[in-house]
Amino acid sequence: MLFDYLTLKLIWWLLVGVLLIGFAIMDGHDMGVGILLPILGKDDTDRRVMINTVAPHWDGNQVWFITAGGAIFAAWPFVYATAFSGMYWALLLVLFALFFRPVGFEYRSKLPNPAWRRSWDWGLFAGSAVPALVFGVAFGNLFQGVPFHLDETMRSFYTGSFWALLNPFALLCGVVSLSLLALQGATFLAHRTDGALQARARSAGLVAATVLLLSFSAGGLWVSHLDGYVIRSIPDVGGALNPLMKEVGRETGAWFANYRAHAALWLVPAVAYAGALLAMAGLDRGKTLLAFIASSLSCLAVILTAGVALFPFVLPSSTMPKASLTAWDATSSYVTLNVMLYVALIFTPIVLAYTGWAYRVMAGKVTRDYVAANDKALY
Amino acid sequence: MIDPMVVDLSRLQFAATAMYHFLFVPLTLGLSWLLVVMEAAYVMTGKDVYRDMTKFWGKLYGINFALGVTTGITMEFQFGTNWAYYSHYVGDIFGAPLAIEGLMAFFLESTMVGLFFFGWNRLSKVGHFSVTLLMALGTNLSAVLILIANGWMQDPVGAAFNPVTMRMELVDFAALVFNPVAQSKFVHTVAAGYVTGSLFVLGISSWYLLKGLHVDFARRSFRIAAAFGLAGCLSVIVLGDESGYAVSESQKSKLAAIEAMWETEPAPAGFNLLAWPNDARQANDWEVRIPYALGLIATRSVSKTLPGIKEIRAANRERIESGRLAVLALEAWRKNPGDLEAKARFQAHEKDMGYGLLLKKYTEDLTQVTPTMLDQAAHDSVPRVAPLFWTFRLMVALGFAMLALVALAFWHGMKGTFQDKPWLLRWALWFIPAPWIAIQSGWFVAEYGRQPWTVFGMLPTHLSASSLSAASLYGSISGFVGFYTVLLVAEMFLMFKYARLGPDALKAAPAPADAQAVPAHS
Ligand code: HDD
Ligand code: HEM
Ligand code: HEM
Repeated sequence: MLFDYLTLKLIWWLLVGVLLIGFAIMDGHDMGVGILLPILGKDDTDRRVMINTVAPHWDGNQVWFITAGGAIFAAWPFVYATAFSGMYWALLLVLFALFFRPVGFEYRSKLPNPAWRRSWDWGLFAGSAVPALVFGVAFGNLFQGVPFHLDETMRSFYTGSFWALLNPFALLCGVVSLSLLALQGATFLAHRTDGALQARARSAGLVAATVLLLSFSAGGLWVSHLDGYVIRSIPDVGGALNPLMKEVGRETGAWFANYRAHAALWLVPAVAYAGALLAMAGLDRGKTLLAFIASSLSCLAVILTAGVALFPFVLPSSTMPKASLTAWDATSSYVTLNVMLYVALIFTPIVLAYTGWAYRVMAGKVTRDYVAANDKALY
Repeated sequence: MIDPMVVDLSRLQFAATAMYHFLFVPLTLGLSWLLVVMEAAYVMTGKDVYRDMTKFWGKLYGINFALGVTTGITMEFQFGTNWAYYSHYVGDIFGAPLAIEGLMAFFLESTMVGLFFFGWNRLSKVGHFSVTLLMALGTNLSAVLILIANGWMQDPVGAAFNPVTMRMELVDFAALVFNPVAQSKFVHTVAAGYVTGSLFVLGISSWYLLKGLHVDFARRSFRIAAAFGLAGCLSVIVLGDESGYAVSESQKSKLAAIEAMWETEPAPAGFNLLAWPNDARQANDWEVRIPYALGLIATRSVSKTLPGIKEIRAANRERIESGRLAVLALEAWRKNPGDLEAKARFQAHEKDMGYGLLLKKYTEDLTQVTPTMLDQAAHDSVPRVAPLFWTFRLMVALGFAMLALVALAFWHGMKGTFQDKPWLLRWALWFIPAPWIAIQSGWFVAEYGRQPWTVFGMLPTHLSASSLSAASLYGSISGFVGFYTVLLVAEMFLMFKYARLGPDALKAAPAPADAQAVPAHS
């Protein structure tokens, strides 16, 4: 199997998408549980039930995030360098919030002191809600362009402030991602718990899905009025490029260009709606596994909807549009993309296989009785 | 030009966060294999004490692991946040092992660690043992890949410059993976982890024995740790010698600084056991020497000479001059792609380009370079001697002291007499921190010794940093240090608490009235 450079660039756009989607589905459901922890967990045992539905898996799930970071480094070093140094405080906020998770899960139940446990519970909430919100905010800023420029040696300079990232449109996108992950968490909890907790999880899921549908629709309408970015000219996209070799312009509604050009792409946002609606139906009827799968489907479709709209842009620049990073000119060399593709083809199925096995081994409902009976062995 | 303050603060932040990360990593690396050994004993003998040992040391493993993960997340993103130009310039090569590490190692260890803790009643004996084994394998695989990445920074092989993208690109993946520097680093570093795990178990078991607690449990743990520790210590020393050999091949400046060797000596060179390096005079105020020893260790021959610091500086000065031409030719060629003369000039000096970039610390415009700047750049091309000299000796001295400890522990463990040797038990207890001190010294030697480069000979440190403000860095450093310190305190608290409880932690409640303590209001 030998691909040309252009095909590899496209494949890697897809693969980064796959990792982000994997992150949203897998880490998304344990973050969702964290978001719902103070809302649905009425007492310590409830909260332990919730935590123990994800206890064996949260670390493996978090690796989707880590690997997405590594893959962006390997496949799009320009993006890794520019986005993370530019949005410095946004990323640090995510990291600081994430610090609470490993420690929160592992330490929380190791002491019986209620204040100790309460503190870690809030830590777990912050560690789940803050990243969920910031990821949406980050996507929201991509649609508006990010203020950075490049010099002749390809060094990037970011000229915006952290507070500018928190604009209304970006916050709306934050609501989308927050409700999306809350829905993931609620459907997962509904499937893995029983009794009163399960009933509360089902109601929470209905609320989250409603918020998701509303905010996603509002975001779509808003984007149609935003200035999008278009490539005016670019040398052969199948060759080695640097970002400054193209010309880029801005046009209102340009983010819909891909949908206008290929009507079949409208299926992608349609699946996002269908997934959320199906999840609601599943929650309502008590078909919890169906609800979880439907919710995962809408994770996939929401992310893909944004990706398709932006394509081929990855990180548009508002202050120097030609410096915008795209799937054509922010990528690694042919050799690296090629090697990494083989690595991904070999290891992704293996990872999926043992992850699936781990979920099978730990399958079944987590109940209050189970937590009480295994006080020392559980989180 | 990048604010030199930002560069220094970025270095400080990277060093602090990496050293925090490496407080937890070595214990994970070592304990994971000890858990494998203990559980293997359980599977083979069926004795419950071995299962309890696995579970108890596993609890401590978990407490440590959580902070290993917490601090690791930072590392994964810090190249982008703080070393953006580095990430652009060498990400094509360096990003690959990092991504592979996630896919190949982190997924494995993180998935298996969940089953290790929660799968006891759901897996067969052999099934659970396999999980433990895979978890240990995962941690060690992660070490291989990250050290391939780090090894490449020490000795960048298999890469070439691309003038279109203005960065280094991968040309030979196999050279990256099979880099001999990475291999010697890997074995030395994981062996150091094994020593850490062993001394941890040995020290805590000794404490139980001194107190007369959990005697059967502690005796068995002591024996396993002594055997594993002896193997680990021997490897770390033999393989440390291997690392020294690798350094002598790839980074003569680091070796000369570690050895405070100012002048080139006729082969085989002598080894300074102790000395008082004086940077201003470029000489040692005094020294205690073993003749011939360094030449034999570092080159494994009696005839190869090792260059001294003065000679290295002189040679680097020439490369800096040649590299300056490469940088200027590249600028001209990029401005005018038809300028074949500039292209030819660039190609003639390309291999020294990294050295030319060293000058950018002193002036932005390389047409304005003065002889003083050249002298300064050449002088700075060798790291400061005294810090390297002393940290290296600290590591080595601790290595031999730990070897003595584990050798005695092993000997008395074989004879079964260690319980009556309070001095040995106390030594083991007090030596719990020793491997950590040696390891932090080791990383200091490796990383500080690489200065002024992030990628040796290719990319200077002062160019690698992100375009951030010093204020941002003060903020983030305070954030990291504050956060990590609070978490470290929580970790130490639990570690001491559970170590004191001993294997009882598995059965009895750590405190009574669990259910009452937490009000239920549903
Ligand atoms: C020699 C070994 C070694 C070295 C030099 C490093 N690490 Fe590490 N890292 C490990 C060995 C390790 C480990 C043993 O696999 C850890 C430690 C404890 C743990 O939980 O896994 C780990 C955890 C860990 C995690 C969390 C993984 C998870 O969620 O399970 C990340 C993201 C990193 N590391 C990333 C890095 C980066 C980017 C480094 C380079 C600057 C780095 N580590 C240096
Ligand atoms: C976890 C073990 C490690 C420790 C304790 C450690 C320690 C250090 C120290 C002390 C410094 C500061 C050197 C100085 O500026 O004086 C440093 C810098 C640095 N290290 Fe490491 N390091 C570790 C692992 C790594 C690895 C695995 C990599 C790469 C894969 C790496 C890459 C860097 C970089 C990019 C810098 C900043 C540039 C520089 O100052 O040289 N380090 N590290
Ligand atoms: C006793 C003889 C020892 C020798 C000759 C030795 C030699 C070395 C050398 C030459 C380096 C630098 C490698 C480089 O710059 O790339 C190094 C680094 C290091 N050493 Fe040692 N060492 C010894 C003992 C120890 C001990 C006892 C420990 C810890 C238990 C240890 C832990 C480390 C670590 C973690 C590093 C950094 C990683 C690396 O570069 O390999 N060393 N050692």
